[in-house]
Amino acid sequence: MIPAFPPLPLGLTPLDAVLLVPAGAMVLLAIVPGYRMGAAINVLACGLTFLASVGLLGAERVRSDFFLIDDFNIYLVLLTTFVAFSTSVFSASYIDHELDSGKLTPQFVRFYHALYQAMLGAMNLALVANNLGLLWVGVEVATLSTVMMVGIYRTPEALEAAWKYFILGSVGIALAFFGTILIYLSAQDVLGQGISAMAWDQVQNSAGKLDPKLLSLAFVFLLVGYGTKVGIAPFHAWLPDAHAEGPTPISAVLSGLLLNVALYALLRFKMILAGNTATLNVGLVMMGLGLVSLVFAALMLYRRRDIKRLFAYSSIEHMGIMTFAFGLGGPLANFAGLLHMTMHALTKSAIFFAVGHIAQIKGTQRLADIRGLSVSNPGLAVGFALSVIAIAGLPPFGVFMSEFMLVSSSFTRQPWLAVILVFGLLLAFGALVIHLQRVLFGDPSPSVARSKASYIPLFVHLAIVLAAGLWLPEPVVRWFRAVAAQLG
Amino acid sequence: MRSYAFDIAHLLAGGMVVLSFLLLYQTRITAVLNVFALQSIVLSLSVAWQALIQDAPHLLITAAIALVLKGFVIPAALHRIVQKLGIHREIEQVYGGGPTMLLGLGLVALSILLVLPSGQNVSLLVREDLAFALSVLLLGLLMMITRRNAVTQIVGFMALENGLVLAASGAKGMPLVVEFSVAFSILVAFIVFGVFVFRIRERFDTVDVSNIDRFRGGRGN
Repeated sequence: MIPAFPPLPLGLTPLDAVLLVPAGAMVLLAIVPGYRMGAAINVLACGLTFLASVGLLGAERVRSDFFLIDDFNIYLVLLTTFVAFSTSVFSASYIDHELDSGKLTPQFVRFYHALYQAMLGAMNLALVANNLGLLWVGVEVATLSTVMMVGIYRTPEALEAAWKYFILGSVGIALAFFGTILIYLSAQDVLGQGISAMAWDQVQNSAGKLDPKLLSLAFVFLLVGYGTKVGIAPFHAWLPDAHAEGPTPISAVLSGLLLNVALYALLRFKMILAGNTATLNVGLVMMGLGLVSLVFAALMLYRRRDIKRLFAYSSIEHMGIMTFAFGLGGPLANFAGLLHMTMHALTKSAIFFAVGHIAQIKGTQRLADIRGLSVSNPGLAVGFALSVIAIAGLPPFGVFMSEFMLVSSSFTRQPWLAVILVFGLLLAFGALVIHLQRVLFGDPSPSVARSKASYIPLFVHLAIVLAAGLWLPEPVVRWFRAVAAQLG
Repeated sequence: MRSYAFDIAHLLAGGMVVLSFLLLYQTRITAVLNVFALQSIVLSLSVAWQALIQDAPHLLITAAIALVLKGFVIPAALHRIVQKLGIHREIEQVYGGGPTMLLGLGLVALSILLVLPSGQNVSLLVREDLAFALSVLLLGLLMMITRRNAVTQIVGFMALENGLVLAASGAKGMPLVVEFSVAFSILVAFIVFGVFVFRIRERFDTVDVSNIDRFRGGRGN
């Protein structure tokens, strides 16, 4: 056992850095006036946080009452900080245009950068927390900061989206908290009162001795609560609005990261329930909700008129796929789910980068007004087309790999559900191809501006997704296998 | 002594449920704020009582926070906002008082049916407290759904949080971290809501949320 929390001030461990760098940067960014300076600090802080998370790989595994580092969350912290870093690079160049076009004022950009760090720090906190209350605080703070960012343009639509997100998000988080209390109640019976009954690892270890009815009841609340954040179908109403009305970099981190973090929270609780055979069948519930989300979102993809809304629904679809994969469980399906989490985060954020460019060039988010991209902006068209092809699940990209694994695993274990899964996947594929073809070809619609935003993050993400689809390095495979086994 | 402790805890938690029902059918915004303040005061009494019977002095901090912040400061601030915005007239409800009350009754029945049978190892007092807390939580949720006005939705949300604090205080020995975080979240929530209300005011000259809906027209989802 590694002792709790290493001494702080100068001997910062990677774990401290992952949490403290965003916190410090948040304070700094709230003070620094110039927006260019702010953007640079934002990129720097995200880069440092990413380096710190790489440092986590080599550092001692912490296991205290408050923090826990294991294979599962290290990989998610890495993914989160990486996407946050590349998005900050994109955002730095993107936000210039928003200032030029008068959509944002310099004060709001300052506010935006501070919130960006708040969100990153909160997501990291949720990921490394061992204390269930701390996990909850992390998810809550991350949500609140994104709420403010969604409303930052202050148009009526943006305010409506932020309001809706806020109300639904708060209700979700309240229910999740109630579920956490129920977990504590069932655990204090066995572990005794106090901090240890809130520590995830201890609760999980003694899961077999906990009251199954109380655990099942708790999970229902946690599922609805954290499920709202994941964007699972009946609780998804906030998601399309929040994605469509906020700044595009925020859409990228919402889809790529925050949904993952919420799903991670849900999986931690699923792991507790998996240790107790008398509880309700969590896997079945998750499979059901996942398939409902998948088919529902796939159908909704067809009649979208707004490009960001389109890909928001695609995120619901993919969260549904992951929920189904983890619900199915077992080494192969869990592996597929983990891989899909990674690939979706990278691909979806790449798509939103491309969409950000497109929306700035064409001056609109209406799909009907975006035509002939392959003629007017060939380079961007290639990037956009490749990322949409990737998310639609075509080889040779990584999303194809994970979807293929999931489909083959479910055909052997739940053939009837696999039919629905394949149906949903094909449905979504069709919708994306139709929209892609309309955007790329035809008479080009007029461009109103040149996009100054950087193309590097988009192509870096695409390259990783492509590489993962062609060849997964052996250590990564071993890593995912270990986590898949841990998930049960 | 034992049954005495039980009865008073019951009385206070039950009082909160009754006040939640009162919140449901108020038609004037000032009345809503007053009932909410009263509910928060009852909450703080209940939490203080729990501190006493559980011998957990740290709960007194939670009680004090509930009393000062939600019993007085926030209602006063909201009263001011309401005055400034000139919306202290009648507020619209999506459904009438009767159906809302019936729905509320259904929710209370549901929470009792859900909570009481589970957790046989946990004492009856805790479970009944939990059932009351869940009722308060669900009634707050109902209030948020049936009101159109932004300020009353805020109050609905805070009533919901009252239910959470009640539940947390009933759970024996729940670490202080959590209570602190609840109090903190309420504060943050209030700031956020304040920001929202002012922005909404700025843009629409009203805090009726249904006015936001009209901008959805023609945009297509």
